[in-house]
Amino acid sequence: MISVQSDDFNLAQEYEDLRHRAGDPGAIVTFTGLVREFYEAEPKHEPAVTSLTLEHYPGMTEKALQDIALSAQKRWPLLAVRIIHRVGELHPKDQIVFVGAASAHRGAAFAAAEFMMDYLKSKAPFWKKQKAGGHESWIDSRASDSSALDRWEK
Amino acid sequence: MLSIHYFASIREQVGINKESVDFDTSVSTVSELINLLGARHSGFGQASETPTKLLVSVNQVVVDKSHKLHDGDEIAFFPPMTGG
Repeated sequence: MISVQSDDFNLAQEYEDLRHRAGDPGAIVTFTGLVREFYEAEPKHEPAVTSLTLEHYPGMTEKALQDIALSAQKRWPLLAVRIIHRVGELHPKDQIVFVGAASAHRGAAFAAAEFMMDYLKSKAPFWKKQKAGGHESWIDSRASDSSALDRWEK
Repeated sequence: MLSIHYFASIREQVGINKESVDFDTSVSTVSELINLLGARHSGFGQASETPTKLLVSVNQVVVDKSHKLHDGDEIAFFPPMTGG
């Protein structure tokens, strides 16, 4: 159900796997996050990102992803879920994260995919360091990522 | 014995990724442990001056700084998470 891995993943294969595991799904929503060349909102002043390195906390990270997947399953009638998060050194346009949710109807699948992504951004122990213009820097957490959780906690 | 792990920017500020601290009543809470580690590592002392930028987990669950510690706990310090 969840994977933390340095290897890339294959979207078509993950979709097929969800389609078969779900039994009789009416809707599958998948989301893929990619490494961007310009992380900040004002790219004009920033040098392009040449690499992004993801650090994690082995053990706790897997547990956190498992908890997020289980929370989504408690909240919506899901038939199958999948979370993949890559770690290690990545480059612009690389796939970094995948979430997939299968359900009988689209509403639950859309909501669950968004819920899992929102939680993953600020509740799973991953940290990003970028290299841009020859300089390395840790990426700061965004207030918008933690406020994205508020709507689920009402 | 408490096993202490550091991740990401906190790891770089401290200069090591893990260490052990003898457990006794002077480190019965996370706050007390933060004070002890701040005295041991100047980089950790600096990091702990901005509490919103220093998260802590005990046995792989995020806790607040009043959390009580027990012998054998695995404690980790890290900045806010930036996954996804």
